[in-house]
Amino acid sequence: MIPRILSSALAAVTLTSAFARAEDTVKVGVLHSLSGTMAISETSLRDVLLFTFDEINAAGGVMGKKIEPVVADGASNWPLFAEKAKQLLDQDKVAVTFGCWTSVSRKSVLPVFEEKKGLLFYPVQYEGEEMSPNIFYTAEAVNQQATPAVDYLLEEGKKKFYLIGSDYVYPQTTNLILLEYLLSKGVPLANIGGGFSKDADGKIISAGKYTPFGHTDYQQIVAEIKQFAASGNACIISTLNGDTNVPFFKEYAAAGLDAESCPVVSFSVSEDEFRGLPAKQLVGQLGCWTYFQSIKSPANAKFIKNFQAWLKKSDVPGIVKEGRVTCSPMVLSYDGVYLWKAAVEKAKSFDVDKVMAALQSGISFDGPGGKVTSQKNHHLTKNVFIGETKADGQFKILKEFKDVVGEPFLKGTYKAK
Amino acid sequence: MNKQPLTSRVQFPLLIFSAVFLVVIMPVLNAYGCISDFTLGNWGKYLCYGILAISIDLLWGYTGLLCLGQALFFTLGGYMMGMHLMRMIGGTGVPTFLSMVGRQEWPSFFMPFTSFPFAMLMVILVPGLLALVFGYLAFRSRIKGVYFSILTQALTYGAALLFFRNELLMGGNNGFTDFRMLLGYSLRDVSTKRGLYVVTAMLLVAVVAGCKWLTNSRFGLIQRAIRDSENRVLFSGYATANFKLFIFVISAIIASLAGALFVPQVGIINPSEMETGKSLEAVVWVALGGRGTIVGPIAGAISVNALKSWASSGSTADFWPLMLGGSFVLVVLFMPKGIMGIPGQIGDLIAKFSRKTASSDAPPPASADTSQEAEILSSTASPASDS
Repeated sequence: MIPRILSSALAAVTLTSAFARAEDTVKVGVLHSLSGTMAISETSLRDVLLFTFDEINAAGGVMGKKIEPVVADGASNWPLFAEKAKQLLDQDKVAVTFGCWTSVSRKSVLPVFEEKKGLLFYPVQYEGEEMSPNIFYTAEAVNQQATPAVDYLLEEGKKKFYLIGSDYVYPQTTNLILLEYLLSKGVPLANIGGGFSKDADGKIISAGKYTPFGHTDYQQIVAEIKQFAASGNACIISTLNGDTNVPFFKEYAAAGLDAESCPVVSFSVSEDEFRGLPAKQLVGQLGCWTYFQSIKSPANAKFIKNFQAWLKKSDVPGIVKEGRVTCSPMVLSYDGVYLWKAAVEKAKSFDVDKVMAALQSGISFDGPGGKVTSQKNHHLTKNVFIGETKADGQFKILKEFKDVVGEPFLKGTYKAK
Repeated sequence: MNKQPLTSRVQFPLLIFSAVFLVVIMPVLNAYGCISDFTLGNWGKYLCYGILAISIDLLWGYTGLLCLGQALFFTLGGYMMGMHLMRMIGGTGVPTFLSMVGRQEWPSFFMPFTSFPFAMLMVILVPGLLALVFGYLAFRSRIKGVYFSILTQALTYGAALLFFRNELLMGGNNGFTDFRMLLGYSLRDVSTKRGLYVVTAMLLVAVVAGCKWLTNSRFGLIQRAIRDSENRVLFSGYATANFKLFIFVISAIIASLAGALFVPQVGIINPSEMETGKSLEAVVWVALGGRGTIVGPIAGAISVNALKSWASSGSTADFWPLMLGGSFVLVVLFMPKGIMGIPGQIGDLIAKFSRKTASSDAPPPASADTSQEAEILSSTASPASDS
């Protein structure tokens, strides 16, 4: 065993000294899955982060220091995420880390960031109910996606809501909040579909229909939806993620349902997902995000143009250059880097506590999705858009909600009338 | 081992030295700052994987049962420990994994897990009983070979789906995280982490010693006989099903103990640890290290995971799965007996070379005969010298 330990120790030593930091750079961690099941989504965030660093470095860096990215692959393996977080904080001593997609990866690294006093920017829609002192959530909170979507549907005259999702924490929590929200808006319990499960006291502990990851058989569920929608004015709120959308929408179309009679609003399907999903099946269905690629603004046009130009000349091994799009998690990663830069410059320090204090004091950035402002509760005030899916996998923007304040703790806040 | 007294004479001190190094020297070096806390933490994880690999070797290498469900037993042990750790978090109210699904109170089945001895008992009993029942049914029906592998894989897959369900109240996809205390010690203290490492290293040494003893006993002889020709053993009057059942339960418990130590060190347990891929990965470690050698699987587990740790960040982060996969292909092509087979292969080469030059005085290569047993015995000579 000895030579092995020595050689691995030796390798570690040479590795760290090879990357010995120059005085005019600041190390920044990128912690996403570049392999495994989540790689298809998370690699895009790695790409946009590297692009953002290059853009900032070209403009003079952060407080005169060039960003030196340290990329770590969490490999869709949650214990490995924790290990990589430790490595970034302990060995690489990064000033900040941008990373994670799934809630379980964030839950895995959270104790590490708290213990080692690091700073993590988290960019993907999530269920809330969390506010770590060491995490800043540029992500959409439930009230920046789900409740505005319901507002829109109510405006459109929808009266019946069917809740369906993949069985994990984000859909479960979102639907419980939506249930309270719908009841507070005067929608009767009978008009909320998908079923409920109650505890011994009769309190509802789960609302909606749930299917496991990778589920393919939606025949029975769609039949139930068809019955539910028969009386008209119905819609479906879907938190199904990834591949399961394909069989679901196939079955949905086969049953004769369409966007006109019973539209589906999905919270987990963005432009980037359409690189792997057939968009044609979803034409006319709704999406709700804090950014769409189709936003017409100078900031967005510049962002898209620069990102595409960066992709063309990028020499990152294996990077996909063709058919790339931009989507909300990518823009929220981009915004996060600029907010961190602004906070560092305001605090005049890379110290985590000072940077977090600067963020909490409220910093604004005019991003591709419009102005975002950091809040005291570690979330963002940002614009929310409702879009309609087009055949090319883009969204036609139907409605914009301005300056929605992100709120992580929503359970029990909406009271029934 | 008595066939080759010389090799066992070399092997024994090397094993002892490795054990002392892992259990004593590494933590001492860590206490004096020569080995970073991060590295020691990683080694704690690798050693847990090493114990898991031994449990597979015991079944696959020595009894011929390729079990693709060891990750299930490993994860079950982890969950039992996780339940205890969640009860130890303290604070007001319930942890988020319960409040997320609308529960404001602990479910009753969590209550006994407040007691550490109870949790430890469950670490042994739950996987042990599952293996007992499953093994009894499988072996009684004389399910063997690939059918046994498929069944164990299906069992694991089913269990993973079950644990992904939020209704089970075991945290669903998120599992258990954010552990704080174990036996009154803060898990964030360096000394607690070092203590956990030492316990893991001691368990590894104990498991190696136990397995060496078991496989060299009369029981081990029957075990290997079952592997090589079960029908003959059966016709000789041995109830092979009982022997297989015993070893299956033992290896489930070993895997479970490794899982229980794994969880407080990595800080998370969730159902993706029992996905079928994880069991297969562990089988690859065993194949890579050399099956049927006990020490080889540890070397395999450590080297694969160390490579994974090292290569998955920095400049190699984009193509490290290719490096890992490539190394598997190379091992399969050129090192059929894994890491433990290297000395034998080198010996063969030298013998071949010297026979060519001076055909008389080179001894015949030890592994020239075809029996796997002889191969293993010849190569166990240098488990540590090459690794």
